[in-house]
Amino acid sequence: MIPAPFEYARAESVDHAIELLTANPDSKVIAGGHSLLPLMRLRLARPAMLVDISRIGDLAYVREDSGEVAIGALTRHHDVANSEVLHELCPIVSYTAGQIGDPQVRHVGTIGGSCAHSDPASDMPTVLVALGATLTVRGPGGASRVVPAADFFKGLFEPDLASNEIVAEIRVPVTRGRGWSYLKFHRRAQDWALVGVAALAGDGGAPAVALTNMGERPVRAIGVEEALAGGADPATAAMRADEGTNPPSDTFGSAEYRRELAKVLVRRALEEAAAR
Amino acid sequence: MAQVMDRFVGQRVLRKEDPELITGRARYVESISLPGMVWMAVVRSPFAHARIRRIDTARAAAMPGVIGVFTAADLEGEWGGPLPFVWPITEDIKVPVHWPLTTDKARYQGDGVAVVVAESRGQAEDAAEAVAVDYEPLPAVTDLEQAATDAVLIHDDLGTNVVVHWSHGGAGDQSVFESAPVVVKERYVAPRLIPNAMEPRGCVADVNPAMGEFTLYSATQIPHVARVTLGGTCNIPESKLRVVAPDVGGGFGSKLNIYAEEALALVLARRLKRPVKWVEARSENYLATIHGRGVIHDVEIAATEEGKILGLRVKELADMGAYYQLLTPGIPELGGWVYMGPYDMQAYWYEFTGVLTNATPTDAYRGAGRPEATYVLERAVDALARRLGKDPAEVRRISLVPPFTEARAAISGLNVDSGNYEAAFDRALELVGYDELRREQAERRQRGDVKQLGIGLSSYIEMCGLAPSNILGALRYAAGGWDACTVQCLPDGKVVLKIGTSPHGQGHVTTWAQIAADTLGVTPDDVEVFHGDTSVAPLGMDTYGSRSVSVGATALYYALEKIKEKARTLAAHELEVAEEDLEFEAGSFRVKGAPDKVRSITELATSAWHAHNLPAGFEPNLEATAVWDPPNFTWPAGTHVCVVEVDTETGGVEISRYVAVDDCGRVINPMIVEGQVHGGVAQGIAEALFEEARYDANGNLMTSTMTTYLVPSAAELPTFTLDRTETPSTTNPLGVKGIGEAGTIAAPPAVVNAVIDAVSHLGVTHIDKPVSPERVWRAIRAAKGGAA
Repeated sequence: MIPAPFEYARAESVDHAIELLTANPDSKVIAGGHSLLPLMRLRLARPAMLVDISRIGDLAYVREDSGEVAIGALTRHHDVANSEVLHELCPIVSYTAGQIGDPQVRHVGTIGGSCAHSDPASDMPTVLVALGATLTVRGPGGASRVVPAADFFKGLFEPDLASNEIVAEIRVPVTRGRGWSYLKFHRRAQDWALVGVAALAGDGGAPAVALTNMGERPVRAIGVEEALAGGADPATAAMRADEGTNPPSDTFGSAEYRRELAKVLVRRALEEAAAR
Repeated sequence: MAQVMDRFVGQRVLRKEDPELITGRARYVESISLPGMVWMAVVRSPFAHARIRRIDTARAAAMPGVIGVFTAADLEGEWGGPLPFVWPITEDIKVPVHWPLTTDKARYQGDGVAVVVAESRGQAEDAAEAVAVDYEPLPAVTDLEQAATDAVLIHDDLGTNVVVHWSHGGAGDQSVFESAPVVVKERYVAPRLIPNAMEPRGCVADVNPAMGEFTLYSATQIPHVARVTLGGTCNIPESKLRVVAPDVGGGFGSKLNIYAEEALALVLARRLKRPVKWVEARSENYLATIHGRGVIHDVEIAATEEGKILGLRVKELADMGAYYQLLTPGIPELGGWVYMGPYDMQAYWYEFTGVLTNATPTDAYRGAGRPEATYVLERAVDALARRLGKDPAEVRRISLVPPFTEARAAISGLNVDSGNYEAAFDRALELVGYDELRREQAERRQRGDVKQLGIGLSSYIEMCGLAPSNILGALRYAAGGWDACTVQCLPDGKVVLKIGTSPHGQGHVTTWAQIAADTLGVTPDDVEVFHGDTSVAPLGMDTYGSRSVSVGATALYYALEKIKEKARTLAAHELEVAEEDLEFEAGSFRVKGAPDKVRSITELATSAWHAHNLPAGFEPNLEATAVWDPPNFTWPAGTHVCVVEVDTETGGVEISRYVAVDDCGRVINPMIVEGQVHGGVAQGIAEALFEEARYDANGNLMTSTMTTYLVPSAAELPTFTLDRTETPSTTNPLGVKGIGEAGTIAAPPAVVNAVIDAVSHLGVTHIDKPVSPERVWRAIRAAKGGAA
């Protein structure tokens, strides 16, 4: 099918995009479009206007900045995956970007779009939650606010983002020297994860563990982290992987199966992170 | 086997058709645009089962660009008959009426209830959304066994959903199923599959109102069949209808059909006096193009204590869907002739019951009945081996029919042309390193590795080259199985072939050119192949069932023979010798003992065109047509071996090796044959591990996009190791058998057997297709004594 009729506007700058969004309440931002366009073609989404931000040049970058790595929201997954800065300073991000979708998706999809879509089956939000990353959100009148990843992903396709706000930047900590792992279980290479696990060795404390597609938003595996902080070995701690989660049942797998997968993957991710 | 020079035949000649296909210059239906053309969109039922109370078209009709909105009632006077169904396999079969738009009830999600015609595609789709249909939803049934209870009736006038029962009738001594030392009974449930050709369906119907002439461009496998049958449905004399299959991007049987949209486009072109175009969206493909499989099998396999197979008894329940399409109930029956596979046995029984459901009609999907048969047989053989505690290779080996070079009667009753099953079987085991794999498997089991190794075998035969017309007649099929070819040798030395087969990815243009080039002493580049247009090649039965090489190319062979005979007469005349004094080699006639006295066929073509000096009674030009009706089917065979690693914690399956040894008789182009095997095996792996059409309790298709319906990509597939044995067919002079479906037939049981084999030491004996990770995980857990 083809989408229902819509208007199209190309934003020249972030402020211009915000003006367009403010003036057209039933508008949607399009960057890579890999999540939005299929919904529009099935007519499950029918925005009156698309505000295309993909040509805004100054939002695509990866750079070290004040002890963190700053990633522009329009940076393509492919460029995140191949960033020397991230390989060096926060490799779990570049590695995971290389696991998203397929090459076509990675060359067009953006890290900001992946966040703004807030799909709990997406890989990158989970990694950002495990890292304690922050998102810089810009709004009307030059407003700018910084939101912790754990708060930004509020629910199913529900980011902490007003209809006239835009994700401008993602900031992740430098994790040099800390072991890490991102494991996902999926049917086909390009599929969303049935379950994914991001594990990051502690910086002095216990490891951080977060889960993909185990609820309506990416969540920390609280039970696992608690057990590890209490001195449990990875295999024992991993048995608590599904604590506090609410995994979906769909054609890819049942909730029951996802709970078991989470336990296996958390154990393997902890082992991999410890060995890396 | 006939003598064909082998300058090109047997060689890896690069495909002539590829440059335009891989540089985006192919001409698909989507690329056809005609002056004055309008677009059609179909309003489809969102309900699997609903009475249509009222259709309000007013709002849609008033929308921009809309030329008309048509319901079944609006088109009533246009039809010569319902959509074609050509295989009433029994005398008492119940046939549901199938109009291009439904008149009373929607019977599956996607059933067409109205059409919109507009100036652009977007306008047509927007207006289709605005057609207001007042539905009264009814309970829907998509489960086969539930449908068979008739609690919900799909077609009220038929009084039942159980519409056909066909029994092979059995052969041999049925008492073995009681008296044999071992009888293993199994039940296999196979889901529906959704064909995914790269190019969805589509058509453009053009009309010349003054002459009452129509041209239908359609992404179809069967332009010739379409011409006869659509003419009937649309009330157009066959002589006034031309059907063109332009470049067609895959079919896998899904385009071996006649669809409502083709008929609707034709009658709307007539009504509106403008060309009408429709192109299927992928999401429509999932709902409105035929599905395949959808069967439940109960099988009994009888054997000796040693594992020698004594008999096979199969009862099948087959999902017909909401209506019959072109061949629907004939598909299980096709399988009914090959359940014995390559094995020698004393007793055979096959019967099936066809049941209507509130789902998309089923029909031929790559292999059509034969994958179903091979799956059941090969799963059952593995179950037998497990019961006896024997190696599945050993059980197969002792039951294989010994090699034969002349036609042999199979227990199912048909004559198999030739076979050497042991050669392929032994070669496959050797290539995969079977004994070494068994050792490694034992080691992993002993260590209790998380990743366990499984080895799955599948030996198959298939019945190709559809088909001897007299047999089709006996099976109540409404057409013959012949095909036709015209060869024209042009005065400039080039050659034109006009053939009745209609390729959609198979590489016919190259293959046929290789055969002609060798006979005529030219190169494949000198040969132009025309096909897929009923005005250019009016005689034909098209492409499906791996028939094109064995039937179509044999027609080509005989047309070339006629050319040779005619050329010989002219050569003798020009060289002033008797015909028997000429010898023929590589496209030239030479006088025996005087090799410098020579005429090539291309020279003779020129003089036959000049016609200045021809023998008495010789018709000018070098041109011949042959129509070939095969005396028998052809019977490819082979053995495939799949090696998998199963993660016993997650249930994940990875194919580590795949070996296929196929015997398709004589090979014209090894590269094209290997391509067919690659694609077929990929599709078979997809069936084994990934693909499944799933419906919810209301009959909604849950796997309705490529996100949820899992067609694997190259990333999920292993490197294939291929080899061949070559047992020439005795059915045709070329010795060819066909290779289009072998991979799809052989692969599913090889893969599923491998997965079960990997975890059988944990107590797992059965997992249904598709063998998803969750199913594997549940099977392991159940075997360990947990919940399933």
